Amino acid sequence: MKNLLPISLRVNGETHDVLVPPWRTLLEVLREHLGLTGAKRSCQEGQCGTCTVLIDGKAVNSCLYLAVEAQGKDIQTIEGLATGGNLDQIQKSFVQKGGIQCGFCTPGFVLATKSLLNENPNPSEDDIRTAMVGHLCRCTGYVQIIEAIQDAASQLKHESGN
Amino acid sequence: MNDPLRNEYDVVGRPTPKKDGILKALGRAEYADDISMPGMLHGKLLRSPHPHARIVRIDISRAQALPGVRAVVTGKDFPGVKYGNLPQTRDYLPLAIDTVRYIGEEVAAVAAIDEDTAEEALDLIEVEYEPLAAVFDPEQAMLPGAPLVHDNATANVSAQVAFEFGEVDKAFSRADYVREDVYETQPVKQGMLEPHACVGQWDNSGKITLWSCKMSPYVVWRQLAMGLGVELGSVRVVQTVVGGGFSGGKQEAMPMDFCAVMLSRKTGRPVKIVHTMDEVLTIGHMRHPMKISLRTGTDKNGRILAQHCKMIANGGAYSSIGGFSMYLAGAMLNIPYRIPNIRYEAKRVYTNNGFCGALRGHTNTQICFARDSQLELIAADLGVDPIEIRHRNALQPGDETSNGFRIGTFAFDECIDRVVQLSGWREKRGKLPKYRGIGFGCGSHISGARLMGHSASAAEIRVQEDGTVHLSTGSTDVGQGADTVLSMIAAEVLGVEVNDVRFALVDSDSTPVDPGTFGSRVTFFTGNAVKRAAEDARRQLAEIAGQRMKANPDDLVFRGREIISRRDDRQRMSLKDAVRWGAFQTGRLVISHGTYAAGDEKIDFRTGHGNLSPAYNPSACAVEVEVDPETGQVKVVGFWGADDSGFPLNPLAVKGQVIGATVMSFGHALYETLVRIDGKVMNPSFRDYKMPLTTDVPKLTDFQHSNVITWEPEGPFGAKEAGQGAGTGVIAALANAIYDATGVRLNSLPLSPDRIRFAIKQKYETERAGKESPVAAE
Repeated sequence: MKNLLPISLRVNGETHDVLVPPWRTLLEVLREHLGLTGAKRSCQEGQCGTCTVLIDGKAVNSCLYLAVEAQGKDIQTIEGLATGGNLDQIQKSFVQKGGIQCGFCTPGFVLATKSLLNENPNPSEDDIRTAMVGHLCRCTGYVQIIEAIQDAASQLKHESGN
Repeated sequence: MNDPLRNEYDVVGRPTPKKDGILKALGRAEYADDISMPGMLHGKLLRSPHPHARIVRIDISRAQALPGVRAVVTGKDFPGVKYGNLPQTRDYLPLAIDTVRYIGEEVAAVAAIDEDTAEEALDLIEVEYEPLAAVFDPEQAMLPGAPLVHDNATANVSAQVAFEFGEVDKAFSRADYVREDVYETQPVKQGMLEPHACVGQWDNSGKITLWSCKMSPYVVWRQLAMGLGVELGSVRVVQTVVGGGFSGGKQEAMPMDFCAVMLSRKTGRPVKIVHTMDEVLTIGHMRHPMKISLRTGTDKNGRILAQHCKMIANGGAYSSIGGFSMYLAGAMLNIPYRIPNIRYEAKRVYTNNGFCGALRGHTNTQICFARDSQLELIAADLGVDPIEIRHRNALQPGDETSNGFRIGTFAFDECIDRVVQLSGWREKRGKLPKYRGIGFGCGSHISGARLMGHSASAAEIRVQEDGTVHLSTGSTDVGQGADTVLSMIAAEVLGVEVNDVRFALVDSDSTPVDPGTFGSRVTFFTGNAVKRAAEDARRQLAEIAGQRMKANPDDLVFRGREIISRRDDRQRMSLKDAVRWGAFQTGRLVISHGTYAAGDEKIDFRTGHGNLSPAYNPSACAVEVEVDPETGQVKVVGFWGADDSGFPLNPLAVKGQVIGATVMSFGHALYETLVRIDGKVMNPSFRDYKMPLTTDVPKLTDFQHSNVITWEPEGPFGAKEAGQGAGTGVIAALANAIYDATGVRLNSLPLSPDRIRFAIKQKYETERAGKESPVAAE
């Protein structure tokens, strides 16, 4: 029997109790134990951003984050973003503006955008580039992704009446 | 005919969000690694640590004994049948049997209850190797006495192609000006973010199923049957959502695919195998590194009279599609310029490196880099304006190239002019501050290829009783938007909304057979097949509705989900009522199919003569750079491109394609290369294999692309290719811009900071030496 540890994770507002080896990353636990496969497994060393989730509202690479460390924190994955079947504005903007091609980087970019807009609702183009520098996309050349993020920011600003 | 400038269509020509975008944005699109099945095991592959070795012995007993391990397979579990793309170059085995030919080649595979256990078991497999002499450089590999990578390949030549079009010697003899330059390109990876992944199942009835992220599932289908030595009918390949392709391993069956199904046969359970990014970047499939020697003769005005290209490609350990790559590079010498006399001699050489195949822009990217870099030098030597030299040599609609390409729509001159205008070229060239420069580059690409093997596309349509349209093809969406553009074509013909069309993923048991996604063929070839299938469905519906409405079927038009009489628009019925009435009352189901074979022209691959594609797409671009002379770092500060994609069916997707291809070429030009020492990849990680980031692309206001819109009569609704051509001229444009900024000309890729810094330093020292000591300079 492996050295298993009982841990409790709050993911998208729901608490999950799982038994995992202590070296398991948050990405592995989300994908293999909780069936949340929206966070993607690609480089597994924090270079590509496809595994991004939000921890207490901030974007992190879940491939570099041990599941045990995430206990007691508020974890949000891409599956938790849409409410009642309605896309979040960021998701809508990515779809509408052509920010999605193969889609493998999309959950990471969308959550990183959420994290950025949480801190800076009015980012400049340079702010967006800097915030997204840890996210690779091989398909789009980034232009339509940046346009999607700008669109999301302006739509959200419009919504909140600021 | 549609006036492309005043789009009269309801669906095509309008920016349309990607159909699967919502699922992808929600994180609910299912990629191969997301699949989980009851009882599923996890597989891992053991790889050769030697670039070339004989396998003396493999002992799997300790691995098999590890708790949690369910099966181990080696090459001997397979029938020993070689598989591959072209009949004359089949040289792959599912697993190596007695020889390994590069570091990373697959030797054995393990299935276990989890990946950790499988990984642990790999360490327990004992392989006794007898290392053999290895060769890594293609020119050394051709020397007498060099170690042979494959016994049957004399001098390690894996493919050899020689063409002569026109009268080359005669043309050179009357040229006013001749120059020869040598260009070298590097090994570049596809760089898709989704690693190769598959789930294999071999059930007790003998049915073999592979779920995998394949761009060309039917190629995989045939190769699997070949390498497993089973009947084609027992194999089923199911495509999962593809997380980026760009050709390569997603185009073919890979050792992991064979191992997944063989491990399943041994265990009776489905087996999943997912490559790590380290594996993806180490193993085969990459762009061919080439040494291109290009000799060009012109008249005094810079009109090209003849070109002689000698090329040596470092093919690596296996062939993949390499034989075709050698034809293609020679063919691509013929576009986008008028070159009446061409001699081409290419050799693809086996070495003990990871093997090469196709990658976006397939060989065209390398050829364009060499040709448009040299054209700039020719213009400078002859005192011809660099834009003017391109105009003077531009192919025109109606031309036939020396190798037999028939040029239809081809707005190349317009593309050049558009870029000159967008970029502010006349105000910038030669007028920018020091270390800032602007460069021009051009390219061209095919809209699908007429191949010797499977060339034609097919589509099937079923109109359902709720009025929705079920569309299945054998082409795949790899992110480029095939799901959307093919649905748009069907929707336009049938007068329904894009969202009324359901686009199926490929399943070899149910979708129509098709070569798949490569060579910019999908919109053109499959698009034409879809259009014909939709027209057939519309004809069937018109007959049903005509009978029901007592109208002449020829008088019926399809619009807004309705079938309406042209003679009296009060006479109408909904599309779904027609389907229901047909099915329920008359027993007619609306099921149709369409195919497109691009005519019966053939390429003679021995002479290289023939019209490869039904349409050609020219492109031009200008790029502005800023070079830091202290570090050699290049910043791309502006990019302006134009291409003739015919009538862009989905402008949103076309934009994504051309910009994506462009930025991919930034990476190829400036950063990317596999660093290899004695066949070992030293940078198999996105940390060290540098692809472009958000901060590497110009500001949005300085990054523009424009479509010069033409109407290609052979294309579906006037369309041509969009995903590759726009990237082909970019590398030369960057090399030319760096020259304009610094005065240094680099002929080897990547144009990396170390090379630029060194060249600037050398230039400075040479100039200083010249000034201080005129005698020494002589």
